[in-house]
Amino acid sequence: MIKLTINRKTYETDVDPNTPLLWVLRDTIGLVGTKYGCGVAQCGACVVHLNGEAVRSCVTKLSRVAEQQVTTIEGLSENNDHPLQKAWMELDVSQCGYCQAGQIMSAAVLLRENANPTDEDIDNALEGNICRCGTYLRIQKAIHLAAEIQRKS
Amino acid sequence: MQIFTVKRKFYPHYTKSLLVLTVIVGAIAILTSGFRLNSSMETEGGENPIKRDSVASVAAFMKVYTVLMSPRCMNCHPAGDIPLQGDDGHLHTMSPKRGKDGHGLYAMKCNNCHQPTNTPGLNTPPGNPKWALPPSEMKMVFQGKTARELALQIRDYNRNGHKNKQQLLAHARDTLVKAGWHMGEGRAAPPLSYSAFVKAWDTWIEKGLYAPAK
Repeated sequence: MIKLTINRKTYETDVDPNTPLLWVLRDTIGLVGTKYGCGVAQCGACVVHLNGEAVRSCVTKLSRVAEQQVTTIEGLSENNDHPLQKAWMELDVSQCGYCQAGQIMSAAVLLRENANPTDEDIDNALEGNICRCGTYLRIQKAIHLAAEIQRKS
Repeated sequence: MQIFTVKRKFYPHYTKSLLVLTVIVGAIAILTSGFRLNSSMETEGGENPIKRDSVASVAAFMKVYTVLMSPRCMNCHPAGDIPLQGDDGHLHTMSPKRGKDGHGLYAMKCNNCHQPTNTPGLNTPPGNPKWALPPSEMKMVFQGKTARELALQIRDYNRNGHKNKQQLLAHARDTLVKAGWHMGEGRAAPPLSYSAFVKAWDTWIEKGLYAPAK
């Protein structure tokens, strides 16, 4: 049995330790906010946090997260009130929405490490998150707004 | 009867001689002690001039050079701050950046995608627990270097990650170096087998770390 903490709740599972975390989240535990986009760590739709760092859950084995802290989009905040979530709603960033959980989780790491990111910082942090609808400019604007919300709060 | 006491001037004269003798002996002891700096390129037991062989050393390095300039090594020793990727050495997709410590930036850190082991399948990230580039303050670039330039760089303590001779020998046994031969599906192996590479590496070092003429 493998024990892991997801969004501050502890789970035990007997799933094969080589199973990618993405499928444990979606199929075993039922947290479907994290998406499957490519399965080879090339799109960023599956980004979650492992001990605060972004990882791509489609290639991260369950064994790597045993006894560790995982945070998914569902657990980013208690009441959907993370500065990024507020900014995303205010600017209506999403089109289809499929990539957005991964975008937000990657942006959350950026804002934790850099409270006042430049456009170049945003590019460096989010370059691995692909949006087929092309909402990149709104994502960039929303991150700037989230940084401002974060500074004021 | 009057008794005369004669004070012998023994101590000043012999003390001076004793001091001089002590300094001389001490100097000889220090010079022959064989102490060495951590940056030394000598092996334990001192440099043996018989072991140095410039021809053999350079020939060995030319074999080492073919491996270091192959994608499995050079991809993580790029000239710029984006790693290279694939057998054609194109810029790594998604442009991850080196960062100050060589481990990437923000949500694009190396081990965000590169796991402790290879991910199975084509076009998936190869893995190793130490996956990273050299740090920005000592980039240890291979890309674009001639054989001479690379040999001089690798044997230079101030440019090779502060490795002395023993540490250079050990580096070929490092897990991340070995990962070049556990490259995962769809990637070409280095031009020498691992054992042949280590033999050439050791020979280059033990025969004197000579740099080729060009």
